Amino acid sequence: MNKFKLAYGFTIILIATLAAAGAAALVLKAIGADPWATFVTIFTGPFQDVFGITEILVRAVPLTLVALGIAIAFRSGIINIGAEGQMLMGILAATGMAISFPLWPKAVLLPMVILAGAVGGGLWASIAGSLRAYLGVNEILSTVMLNYIAVQFYTFFLRGPMIDPAELETGSGTPQSVRLPESAILSKLVPGTRLHTGLILALVLAVVVYFFLWHTTWGFRLRAAGAEPKAARYAGIHVERSLVTAMVLSGVFAGIAGAVEVSGVHHRAIEAISSGYGFAGIVVALFGALHPAGIIPAAVFFGLLLVGADMTQRSAGVPANMILVLQGVLILAIVSAKMYLNNAYAQERAYRLFTRLTGKSDATVKTGGQS
Amino acid sequence: MKIAAEPITELKLAGITKRFPGILACNNVSLQVARGEVLALVGENGAGKSTLMNILAGLYQPDAGTITVNGQEVRFHTPNDAYDRGIGMVHQNFMLVPNMTVTENVALGLKKLHKFMNLDLKEARRRIIEVSEHHELPVNPDAYIWQLSVGEQQRVELVKTLCFGAQLLILDEPTSALTPQETDDLIDRLKRMTAELSIIFISHKLNEVKALSDRVAILRHGAVVFNGQTADHSPADLAALMTGREIHLPRNEGMELGREVILKAEGLKVRGDRGHLALDGLDLELHAGEILGLAGVSGNGQRELAEAFTGLRPVEGGTVTFLGQDMTRRNPAAMIAAGLGYIPEDRHHEGIVPRFSVKENLILKDFHTAKFSWSVVLRQGGIRRNGDELKTAYDIRCASTAAAGGSLSGGNIQKVILARELAREPKALIAVYPTRGVDMGAQEFIHAQLLTRRREGGGILLISEELEEIMNLSDRIAVIYKGRILKVLSSLEATRERLGLLMAGVADE
Repeated sequence: MNKFKLAYGFTIILIATLAAAGAAALVLKAIGADPWATFVTIFTGPFQDVFGITEILVRAVPLTLVALGIAIAFRSGIINIGAEGQMLMGILAATGMAISFPLWPKAVLLPMVILAGAVGGGLWASIAGSLRAYLGVNEILSTVMLNYIAVQFYTFFLRGPMIDPAELETGSGTPQSVRLPESAILSKLVPGTRLHTGLILALVLAVVVYFFLWHTTWGFRLRAAGAEPKAARYAGIHVERSLVTAMVLSGVFAGIAGAVEVSGVHHRAIEAISSGYGFAGIVVALFGALHPAGIIPAAVFFGLLLVGADMTQRSAGVPANMILVLQGVLILAIVSAKMYLNNAYAQERAYRLFTRLTGKSDATVKTGGQS
Repeated sequence: MKIAAEPITELKLAGITKRFPGILACNNVSLQVARGEVLALVGENGAGKSTLMNILAGLYQPDAGTITVNGQEVRFHTPNDAYDRGIGMVHQNFMLVPNMTVTENVALGLKKLHKFMNLDLKEARRRIIEVSEHHELPVNPDAYIWQLSVGEQQRVELVKTLCFGAQLLILDEPTSALTPQETDDLIDRLKRMTAELSIIFISHKLNEVKALSDRVAILRHGAVVFNGQTADHSPADLAALMTGREIHLPRNEGMELGREVILKAEGLKVRGDRGHLALDGLDLELHAGEILGLAGVSGNGQRELAEAFTGLRPVEGGTVTFLGQDMTRRNPAAMIAAGLGYIPEDRHHEGIVPRFSVKENLILKDFHTAKFSWSVVLRQGGIRRNGDELKTAYDIRCASTAAAGGSLSGGNIQKVILARELAREPKALIAVYPTRGVDMGAQEFIHAQLLTRRREGGGILLISEELEEIMNLSDRIAVIYKGRILKVLSSLEATRERLGLLMAGVADE
C-alpha cells in the first residue's frame, strides 16, 4: 500500500506537470513561439552563470519575507491580501527615514531604515486588522481596497513631497526619490551582482518566524485563535487582540520586504517597485504550506520562474506578459494537484480502480477516517 | 415515480471485514435483519458500528465479505446504489443544507427530478407530504432548515431518507442530540413505522435499545460478541457485554461536606443568541464540596448560564460572585485564573482546538504559566511530560499525544477536556452534558472523576438532561425553567416524577 501511495503521489504530480506544460505549450503555440525552447530557457537559462543564480535569489528574498508574514496571518485565522500595499507603505517609510538622516552612520541608519519599513507596513495593516477585529469588516475586502489606496498614496509622494529635486530641475519629472545615502544601502553579498545581505536577513527571519509560531506562548495564542476561535476564547485568549496582532505582524513582514527591496536592489523609491511581490508572496506562502521550511524553497522556485521569464523575453521572443499566463497555469496545476494529494477519498477510488485493473488485492486501504 | 426496489424481506451481512491503517475496524462481522424487525447495534465508541453501517450504506467498501438482499448478493459502490436497493441511512450529524427549504433539501438527492435546466420542486413537495402523512412524520415542506429545532431536523432527515425509497433505515445514534421528550416521541414514531420497514439503529442508551429493538447485536473491537433477543436481557447484562466487564455507574454517597458558598448568581439577566432574555433574574448558589445538578429541558437557559459564569457571554443585569468576590462581567481569562473550570457543551469546537495535538490541547488554559513556559518560550519537554501523564491518568486512548485532538473519538475528546479541567484543580467546575454521546465505560469513568473532585472539596455544577445522571451524582438538584430556577430539591426529595413535572414548568408546592 505504501508503494501504491508513493506511486499515486508521483502520478498526480506527473499528470499536473504535464497538464500545466500542455496548457502552456498550447498558449505558446498560439502566439507562434516554440514551447520547448521556451521551457528550456525558463528552467535552465538562469543556471548558466553565477549572475543568473544570484538573480533568482534576489527575487526570492522579498518573496520569502512577504510569504512569512502571510503565513503568520493565515495561521492566525486572518487573511491578508494587502501585502502589496503594506510593502509600498514600508518603502515610503524606509525611504523617508533614509533620506531624512543621510549623515547617520551605517550601523545606526540601516537598522533604522528596516525598522521604519516594518513600522510603515505594520501600521497600514493595523487598519484592516482593527476593522476586522472590532467592527467585523471582512479583511479580504479591506486589504484589497487598502492596496489601491496605498498605490495612490505612494504615487502621490513620489510625484510630490518626495520627488528627486534633480528631476524637477531637468524637467524630466520621473516620479522617483533621490538616491538613498550610501549608509542606508544593504551591502552586496556577491560583488558584481545585485545579490545583497537582505538574503541573510530573510533566512534569519524565517527561523525567527518558525520559533515564534511553534515555540512561544505568543505563537501558541495566535495559532489557537486561528485554528478554532471558539476554543481559544473559551481558554481565555483575547481573539480580537490576536487577530490584530497577526495582521500587524503580517504587515511588518511586508514592510520589511519593501525596505529591503529599496535598500538592497533599487536604492531609491521608484514606481512599480513592488513588482507584484505582494501578491506572488501569497502564492509562495500557500505553496510552502504556510511553514517557513516550505516557504524558502517555494520562494526560490518562484524566483526561478520570474528570472526565467525575463530570459525568454530576450532569447525566445516571448512577450513578458505571456509569462504571467504561464505562472497562472502553473499555480492552477499546483493547487489542483495538492487537492488530489490530500484527498483520501480520491486516493481510495484510484486504488480500487488500480486493483480492478490488475486483479491484485491489498487489504490496507487508506481512507479519511473511521467510525 | 416510486423507486422500484422490491421489498426487503431479508438482509444479510456475512464476514464483513474492513481495515484502516493500524486498526481492524470490522472483523468478520455477520448480521441479518428480517422485514419489520428492529436491530439495535451497540458497542463502545470506536467499536466499528459506524464503519459497518457506512459499508452497508455504500459509503465504504468492505475488504472482504458479502452483503445479500433477499438472497441475492449486492455490491454498493456509492450511497445511490444502496438506495436503489432500498437501504438508506440517517447520519448522526445531519446532512442538510441550512439555508435551503425542506423541499429543496429533499429535491437535492432525488436525481430523477433533475431535468435539463429544470428542477421539479412541485413533485418533491408532493412526495414529502405523501411520505410525511403516511408515516405520521409531520414536517413543513416550506420551512428553512435553520428555522427548525433539532428534533424537527431529525424528522426531515427521516422523511428525506424515506422519499429516496428506503425500506431499511439505518439510524446512527438518532437520539444523541434530542431532548428526552423528543426522544420518546421519536421512539414512538419509529415503532409505528416498523409495520412496513426494517430498522437498524445505533445507540449508547440501553433503555432506548430496550424500548425499541427486537434484537440486539453488540460489537466490541470490530467483532460481534453478542447477538440475541432484546427481551431476554436486562440493560445491565447488555452493558456488561458491551464493555466486557461489569459496569457500575458510581453514585454520590451523600455525606455532608462544606457549606461555604463559592459560586453565586443573583438576579442574573443574560440574553441568548436570538436577543431574548435567556436568563431572567436567575438566582443560584453552589457550595464547596457538593455536586449541584441543574435539571431542565435544553434551551431553558442552561447554555447561557454556563457562559455567563465563565465570562463568555455578556451579563445584562444581576451579579456573579465567585469565592466572595464580585466577578460580574469579568473576561474568561479572569475567571480561569480565579479557579473556575468549565466542560463546555460543544466539545469538538469549544472544548478543544481540533487541529492542535492532544498535548497542546491539554495545556490550552495553562500554556502561559511557569509550568509550561519560560518567559515566552514554551517548555516542550514539560508539555510532553504533562501530556503523557494525563494520558495515562485519564486513560485517553490515542496513539500518541502528538496526534491531532480532532482525530479522537467523542469519548476520548471528553477525557482530554476532563483531564485538562480537573488537573487544574478547579475550586468550582461547570460541567455541561459531560457524558452526552459517550459510551458506558467512559461515562463510568467521568462520573467517578467528578465524584473524586467533589470529595476533594471542589464544587461542581452539573448541567444535564439525563435525569439518571443528575440523580446519581447530585447532592442538590435545581430545576431550570424559562431562565429561572423553579425549585431546588435535596437529592432525597427528588424523584423522577417530581423532576419531570418541574422540568415541564409545573411548580409543586
